[in-house]
Amino acid sequence: MSNYIKLIVLGLITFLALIAANFARDLAYLVNALTVALAAAGLFLWVLRHTDEPRETVDLSGEYMDGVIRAGVVATALWGVVGFLVGTFIAFQLAFPQLNFEWAEGYANFGRLRPLHTSAVIFAFGGNALIATSLYVVQRTSAARLWGGNLAWFVFWGYQLFIVLAATGYLLGATQSKEYAEPEWYVDLWLTVIWLSYLAVFVGTIARRKEPHIYVANWFYLSFIITVAMLHVFNNLSIPVSIFGSKSVQVFSGVQDAMVQWWYGHNAVGFFLTAGFLGMMYYFVPKQAERPVFSYKLSIIHFWALIFLYIWAGPHHLHYTALPDWATTLGMVFSIILWMPSWGGMINGLMTLSGAWDKLRTDPIIRMMVISIGFYGMSTFEGPMMSIRAVNSLSHYTDWTIGHVHSGALGWNGMITFGALYFLVPKLWNRERLYSLSLVSWHFWLATIGIILYAASMWVTGIMEGLMWREVDANGFLVNSFADTVAAKFPMYVVRGLGGVLFLSGGIIMCYNLYMTVRRSPAVTAENSAVPAE
Amino acid sequence: METYSFLREFADSWMLLVLFVFFVGIIFWVFRPGGTKKYENPRNIPFRHEDKPAPRSAGNDAEEL
Repeated sequence: MSNYIKLIVLGLITFLALIAANFARDLAYLVNALTVALAAAGLFLWVLRHTDEPRETVDLSGEYMDGVIRAGVVATALWGVVGFLVGTFIAFQLAFPQLNFEWAEGYANFGRLRPLHTSAVIFAFGGNALIATSLYVVQRTSAARLWGGNLAWFVFWGYQLFIVLAATGYLLGATQSKEYAEPEWYVDLWLTVIWLSYLAVFVGTIARRKEPHIYVANWFYLSFIITVAMLHVFNNLSIPVSIFGSKSVQVFSGVQDAMVQWWYGHNAVGFFLTAGFLGMMYYFVPKQAERPVFSYKLSIIHFWALIFLYIWAGPHHLHYTALPDWATTLGMVFSIILWMPSWGGMINGLMTLSGAWDKLRTDPIIRMMVISIGFYGMSTFEGPMMSIRAVNSLSHYTDWTIGHVHSGALGWNGMITFGALYFLVPKLWNRERLYSLSLVSWHFWLATIGIILYAASMWVTGIMEGLMWREVDANGFLVNSFADTVAAKFPMYVVRGLGGVLFLSGGIIMCYNLYMTVRRSPAVTAENSAVPAE
Repeated sequence: METYSFLREFADSWMLLVLFVFFVGIIFWVFRPGGTKKYENPRNIPFRHEDKPAPRSAGNDAEEL
């Protein structure tokens, strides 16, 4: 019966999407409507083929729901490589402008590819990693199967559809020009539906937990899901110009819009890239080190301090703008206080290894996790420092900011995700071990050297650029034109691109290693989940 | 009073106080006597139930661990 309802709904969606494509007022909307129509039609056929087929009902409550997590792991690895590839390409576009090809003008030039890169790494790579690991962790730490049955699959595929709609939209020019919130109104609406379903699956699983206590990783994941939902809705309040077009107009304007954007933008960093990934840290680091977290008390204080402070830090993105001084000072002060919980969390993660430091020598996965926590500490020191108004006057709008973002994203988010993937794949595919530990070591060193090249070159070029911009001669005239700074940055841009190549090759090696783990590694014998649940 | 002024005044007086007291309260609560022993159990949650959920009938087992 439910299949008939699904068929009706899917048929309607296909029909409406085709109407929308017919009336489309711009290319991006047309392509997005056709994508939706195609996805709905494909799903229609799939449901149709399974309708009225005999279905055996098995009681699965004695097993974890891991299929969707396996899919999430694959998606994370693949989107990661895509995101790194686009990033490396646009790094070279900056060094060699000829790579903005004439024939691809308006589609594959830097301005179109840059949001594709940021969204691919943050939302496609990071988002899939967060969804997959959170669903893994919440089941294990609640000792309960995922709530909502196939709702988790809806979240997974819906999220991939969101990524495809956003990505094709960027290339064809649909953007609302808000950093990290570029997707236009209908894609935003779709993401809201997906995100609320994700919240339902997560909270539902916690609600049916068998452990009386909610493990700290789940607190971090939950705060990430709830806060991102709130940020997403407020920052994307906009009115579409036409229901058949991608263009929309923001509800807020002027400095209010800027403030809402950076309240969103900084908390995308604070809750998406920090709280969520800390959830990962609090589960996978203890698991891989085989020792419980250093201090559970510290983890609780870490959680509440982070939640209470991060939300105020946004205005430091708007120093020396129309935003009132008191607001930017508030943002700056909170950013500096934020240093404390961040380092508390870092210490908690690192000290989890106390008494097991020898594992650093033998286990490249632990090495990956430790360096990621190290980068977390480094970028949460750099960030508060850059938020100080005086420092910001030098660093803002320069490549220093880009370097800061990447030491956080590649170092902290990237490395902890790689560590989690290396942990997860053998577990999820029931393998005894990874295909090759020496390939993990290769990945580790390639990625680390890549990040160092990236961050170091961006420090040099950022500070140089900042100093060049403010240099005045004896008569008070600016010494350098903008083009002078661009020319001076060339060597650092090449070094940055090379760093990207190293990081990307590490990612490709990881994909190969994980694939071979699934294909070649010996399976775990019996006793594991092969035993039927009593 | 117009909405903006009201919210503004409320935010930097009572709400600020509530949030601050809540935050400080949590820190004190975490360090309550007997806390260390109490947290020994949740600390080890990741090392249980790795392969399958807790059996349905034994809902209270976890508490005894």
